[in-house]
Amino acid sequence: MMDLVLLPPDFTLLQIVWFWVIALLIGGYFVLDGFDLGAGALYPFIAKNEKEKAILRRSIGPVWDGNEVWLITAGGALFAAFPFAYATSFSGFYLAIMLVLFALIVRAVALEFRGRDKKFKKTWDILFFLGSGLPALLLGVAAGNILQGVGIAANGDYIRGIPVLDLLTPFPLLCGVLGLLLFLAQGSTWLALKAPKGSALQKRASKLSTPFQAGALLVFGLATAAWFLLVDQASSLVVVCIIIVVVFVLALVASILQRKNDLVAFVAQSASVLVLPFLWAASQFPNLINSTNGNPITIANGASNELTLFFMLLIACVGVPILLFYHFLIYRAFRGRIKDEDLTY
Amino acid sequence: MELALDLARIQFAATAIFHFMFVPMSIGIGLIMALTETRYYRTKDPKLEGAARMWVKILAAVFTVGVVSGLAMEFAFGANWAEYSRFVGSIFGAPLAAEALLAFFMESVFLGILIFGRNKVSRKFYLVSAWLTFLGSAFSALWILIANSWMQTPAGAYVDANGVARLNDLLAAAFNPSLGARYFHTVLAVMVVGAFIAMAISAYYMLKKKHPEFAISTMKMGAVVGAIATCFLLVSAHSSAVVVAEEQPTKFALMNGMYETGPADLHLIGIVDEANRDTLALSIPGGASFLASGSFDTSYKGINDLEKDPQFNALNADALSVNLVFQSYHLMVALFGLIALIVILAIIFSFRGGKITEKKWLQRILVFSPIAPMLAIQSGWMTAEYGRQPWTVYPSVTGPENVHMLTERAVSGVVTDWEIIITLALFTVIYLFIFLAMLRVVFGFIKQGPVVSAADGGSAEAVAAVKAAQADAGSSSVKEGE
Repeated sequence: MMDLVLLPPDFTLLQIVWFWVIALLIGGYFVLDGFDLGAGALYPFIAKNEKEKAILRRSIGPVWDGNEVWLITAGGALFAAFPFAYATSFSGFYLAIMLVLFALIVRAVALEFRGRDKKFKKTWDILFFLGSGLPALLLGVAAGNILQGVGIAANGDYIRGIPVLDLLTPFPLLCGVLGLLLFLAQGSTWLALKAPKGSALQKRASKLSTPFQAGALLVFGLATAAWFLLVDQASSLVVVCIIIVVVFVLALVASILQRKNDLVAFVAQSASVLVLPFLWAASQFPNLINSTNGNPITIANGASNELTLFFMLLIACVGVPILLFYHFLIYRAFRGRIKDEDLTY
Repeated sequence: MELALDLARIQFAATAIFHFMFVPMSIGIGLIMALTETRYYRTKDPKLEGAARMWVKILAAVFTVGVVSGLAMEFAFGANWAEYSRFVGSIFGAPLAAEALLAFFMESVFLGILIFGRNKVSRKFYLVSAWLTFLGSAFSALWILIANSWMQTPAGAYVDANGVARLNDLLAAAFNPSLGARYFHTVLAVMVVGAFIAMAISAYYMLKKKHPEFAISTMKMGAVVGAIATCFLLVSAHSSAVVVAEEQPTKFALMNGMYETGPADLHLIGIVDEANRDTLALSIPGGASFLASGSFDTSYKGINDLEKDPQFNALNADALSVNLVFQSYHLMVALFGLIALIVILAIIFSFRGGKITEKKWLQRILVFSPIAPMLAIQSGWMTAEYGRQPWTVYPSVTGPENVHMLTERAVSGVVTDWEIIITLALFTVIYLFIFLAMLRVVFGFIKQGPVVSAADGGSAEAVAAVKAAQADAGSSSVKEGE
């Protein structure tokens, strides 16, 4: 029965598997880079002095690089598995994509050099904040646009209006705000987990997460309403979508209600961020990029050939367990709250 | 359209050149760092902790810029080269994804442990992390070279009914004809970069009369790594050239400024007279033929004949700069000579009783010496990439039928001139800023020296060792860290 639903005759098993693998990679990216981008976007507001700033930077210092590799992997996987979707989205959203890129560039450098380059610490602080906040907002906008659909020409190119501005319509903007709020919540629950127990920073972070999460629930409701009212894209996996929505809401509520255990609050919050790309994927399956003119890029017309998908899957079967093991190693090495002696390394 | 193509090419070249300043430094310094960590691990000499820490700090600064400038490269294919991405995605995308999955996670995670984990993990785990960071970066290079070599000498692919290149033999595509030679050539070259940076820092300390123990031992390490890499580089350079001669006749002709068909001369220095289609040079007749084939008489096709050849007639030597290929190739070769000379001097004077500490002239040369391999690497890549024009996927001699693409067909159709101009300007500003910041930070580390302080998180023994050394030297030049 499930087979009939999930395996329409036009698509191959490998195409379907890769569709969900990419959703998983994006989910992993949202969870992991989500907390360090969120922490960066909170940086000027939540960290009141040099020491708190140092604690915040140190909490993400060892892991941000690995977290960002999830984005590189998702990009590479999209390129390899669905080159047509990769080409259309990256060239079509040109300036927006480049803006995310520049933000990620200055942010990484700012984070790495801030502690070493005292003379320009103000500059680095600003760049770190901007570079974290912009992607947190723009990634959601991009997802919203793909979901809402763009005009796609016969050669697969995106039919464009005014650069950047044509991407800022109500539904994608709501998705952007949703993404930003969730990343901020991700960042604050992370800080609540990592800052020294009982410190002012830890209390502030713990308090902040609730309004972000409540706001995210509200915006999620608005985005869902906008989806039905403004966006004319039917989903083929309605039941799956409903299940994911339920999981998303439950996870967020669980995180809000969890007042005592910071780890549980962070994990529940992460679960809500993890399932969101799956909701995105289920809403538009089997389309990779929805189209407003009946010409979507699907997992069939956007895909590489079967042999590539097969070998890529073999590589993923080897690579994913290894990378999870690496993550286990590094998060275990840096487990627990930041201590004073951790600030010198 | 024309302008957009040129702008996209300029942007790709600029971002690739920038990226490939930091990759060689990351891999090269990674090796020096891992070797230093190994010495520290084995000897447990507290004085080496400072040295190890300094290399990790320098590596981290360089590596970060390498990571983010690499992200720009991955984005560029889809953004600026959408038609290229559609054409080759099923083959070219795979090694990029594999690089991220199998190599990039490894380097990033273990670098995190290197930077922040010295007091968090066991000494053995730390040492393993050091080597995994280095091996991860060298492994990354393999995947990228697979992707790039496939563009030079495509294999294991066919073109389907929709005109899209598809994979049909994974191993043939991955181990394409130019991969082996080009990978080893690249990895050895970046090791030379690392070795020269080690020697330069040592020479700087010798000139400043600081950290004498570190200076001499690191000088020796750099000289040995440099000597070994340079010897093997000669072999890999030769096999790279042979592959070009066999697989990429137009590149071979451009490199040698060869318009007429016949035995290829080995030019030492010269200039291409593009207007009159002639090359004026000091040369050994048939020398390049000898190096490529073992015989002075082997005939290679010149540019004039290749332009009429059905397989290569997209080539129009008047539409590209033959001189650029010719000069960058010969610059690389000349720099190799200089590199070899410097390595020989460094070896001679480092190991004959350490006389190098008295040779100020050599120290002064060595301080600036990293420029030579950095420039050689850039001119080598310029030869490889510009010499491949006008194709982005080259119609190599043994390549599968129809699996090739002209650069002018590869560019994105929807990206406007203005968008590329804006991003090009932003790249310029941001990259320049980052580059200067990186220099400041790294020179700061070098000035601070291979020392540890409690403020830096150094162990008690190491701090004590630094204090003792300072007292011994009786000099105030060795300052504690910030």
